[in-house]
Amino acid sequence: MDLLHALFSDYTLRTVALGAALLGIVGGSLGSYAVLRGQSLIGDAVAHAALPGIAGAFLLTGQMDPLVLMLGAAATGLCAALFVDGTARSTRVPYDSALALMLASFFGLGLVLLTYLQRHAGASQAGLDAFLFGQAAALVMYDVYVMAALGGTALIVMLLFWKELKLLSFDAAFARSVGLPVRVLNGLLTTLLVVAIVIGLQTVGVVLMSAVLIAPAAAARQWTDRLGIMVALAAGIGAATGVTGALISASVRNVPTGPTIVLCMGAVVIASLLLAPQRGVLWRSWQRRFSQAETPSHPPDQNARTPNVATDPTDL
Amino acid sequence: MSPQVEVQLVAAVTAVACALPGAFLVLRRMAMMSDAITHAILPGIVVGFFLTESLGSPLLLVGAALTGLLTVALVESIERTGLVREDAAIGIVFPILFSIGVILIARYAGDVHLDLDAVLLGELAFAPFNRLELFGSDLGPRALWVMGTVLLLNAAFLFTFYKELKLATFDPVLAAALGFMPGVLHYALMGMVSITAVSAFDAVGAILVVALMVGPPATAYLLTDRLDVMIGLSAALGVANALIGYAAAAWLDASIAGSMATVAGLLFGLAFLLAPERGLVAQQMQQRTNTARFAEQMLAAYLCHPQTRPLTPEAAPKRLYERFGWSAQKTDAVLEYMCERGTLTRRNGAFACTEHGESLAAHAMPLSSPP
Repeated sequence: MDLLHALFSDYTLRTVALGAALLGIVGGSLGSYAVLRGQSLIGDAVAHAALPGIAGAFLLTGQMDPLVLMLGAAATGLCAALFVDGTARSTRVPYDSALALMLASFFGLGLVLLTYLQRHAGASQAGLDAFLFGQAAALVMYDVYVMAALGGTALIVMLLFWKELKLLSFDAAFARSVGLPVRVLNGLLTTLLVVAIVIGLQTVGVVLMSAVLIAPAAAARQWTDRLGIMVALAAGIGAATGVTGALISASVRNVPTGPTIVLCMGAVVIASLLLAPQRGVLWRSWQRRFSQAETPSHPPDQNARTPNVATDPTDL
Repeated sequence: MSPQVEVQLVAAVTAVACALPGAFLVLRRMAMMSDAITHAILPGIVVGFFLTESLGSPLLLVGAALTGLLTVALVESIERTGLVREDAAIGIVFPILFSIGVILIARYAGDVHLDLDAVLLGELAFAPFNRLELFGSDLGPRALWVMGTVLLLNAAFLFTFYKELKLATFDPVLAAALGFMPGVLHYALMGMVSITAVSAFDAVGAILVVALMVGPPATAYLLTDRLDVMIGLSAALGVANALIGYAAAAWLDASIAGSMATVAGLLFGLAFLLAPERGLVAQQMQQRTNTARFAEQMLAAYLCHPQTRPLTPEAAPKRLYERFGWSAQKTDAVLEYMCERGTLTRRNGAFACTEHGESLAAHAMPLSSPP
């Protein structure tokens, strides 16, 4: 109860919880598309690629304003995402190699810029740590407002283009054949993802950002076959685990917020993989046992197959 | 040896050690596993550190390598449920393991020296300070010995199982049918990646390991169609990568690992643009040649057709626009191109095919040629 009370009275805790909830909502809903399109790890690459943007924005403007840094981060993040797409489309280098390469070299460029800044402009090391591992405790309300504005815009755009993005995610060939500008929509979706990633960097950091996009969406996917429900569920799971993680890390000493949020999300994913109706691992094995127990009079049929199990559960 | 030379040597040896398994990661579409493993070994390092209380213990390497294999096993078991795709499984498993590592450090290792930055970013400049001493004599940087051993191990593994790895990479079904156990090979390869990543982390950091494992092999993949050439090229490119990266870092006075990772991307960009056959420039040129050759064949076939009236230079733009939809410029370009190549000539004030042009026409329209 104390904790709940603190949630409303304690400024830091309230700010962190709000930020985590926002991030969960935006990351969960937009992450659903990334997961469905088999591009889950784009978040990892974009998050790493934000570093040169942040360092560059600071180098150019000399400001630490979160909005300026986020714009810089978004610029290089988007660049990396486009490079990955271009490489995978126009060469035979596989998508995941392109991801790993852009991730590492953009991040390397960021390191170069950052160390250059430190040695020539006297910037401190503190920024890098916060960037890598997140520093949720340092969030102030202004950060949350920026997150809300950017994330809210991304969500509104997602809702405006709901039908188009849905078609793009499930049947891009059909989308092209009915005359939708598939490449523009691809770019739009990537931009929305970049926004979701950039607003999360300060809270959970680079390394863990991919989990915020993937985990709620992967968990939500197990409970439904409908995109609308999946997106809403992922947003809900993201928000709930975000707040839970923030509360746990506030009540236990020396537990950083970002990793706690990720562990909460991981727990929900594991529970969903095991227990979700129809799809869950345990559910399926119970169902199998139940259907065997129900028909004892028939001789065991070698060719009998377990009914009610989707043939390819990764496809909606 | 001066420290500068030692740093470059460590980097070069690490680059080759990473390029060997890296080539297979790229070909087997498992490049992101290198990223996952380099991050997920953190809890292994932390637990090993708690047990041995030193960062230099070999036990640490064992613990971390085991965590790397655990990562692979977890990803596979999640993927095998069929409920999520492989990339999503990777993206769930490694952040969880990494989080466990970060929380362990934050809670229990707050006052000991276990620097998270160093694990992720590495500081090559410090490699020469950590020396290997045996019986009181200085044998050189410890990282050089560690990475040299890993390089030898990787090379020996590759040499011994080259044929099996090749088959399992390009045709896993045939490999399984022939009893080569691709599953075992897969884990052996992942073990190699883990050991390499773990040994390299304190010298070069996780990010550079990813860059060196994926960058040079991906670049080499654009340059050759042969596996053995690709592996050799990857190793050579890795060394070049390390040396150029070091020079750039020294010039800018910036992070060595970061600069090498950037160079990995730049080298790939160069190959992306300029590679013979597969580069962007070469493909554009190839496309232009194809377009010109096609136009040449069309025109030759048209001119050689028995019912075609003689084509005078004055009538050419109009007739060819009606016939093929060519603009006047395109008509000029094609006519000039054909005259240059000796497939077209002027005869009695009209265009006509040379012998070479006639054979092109016959090739393009085999049925319309006279018996």
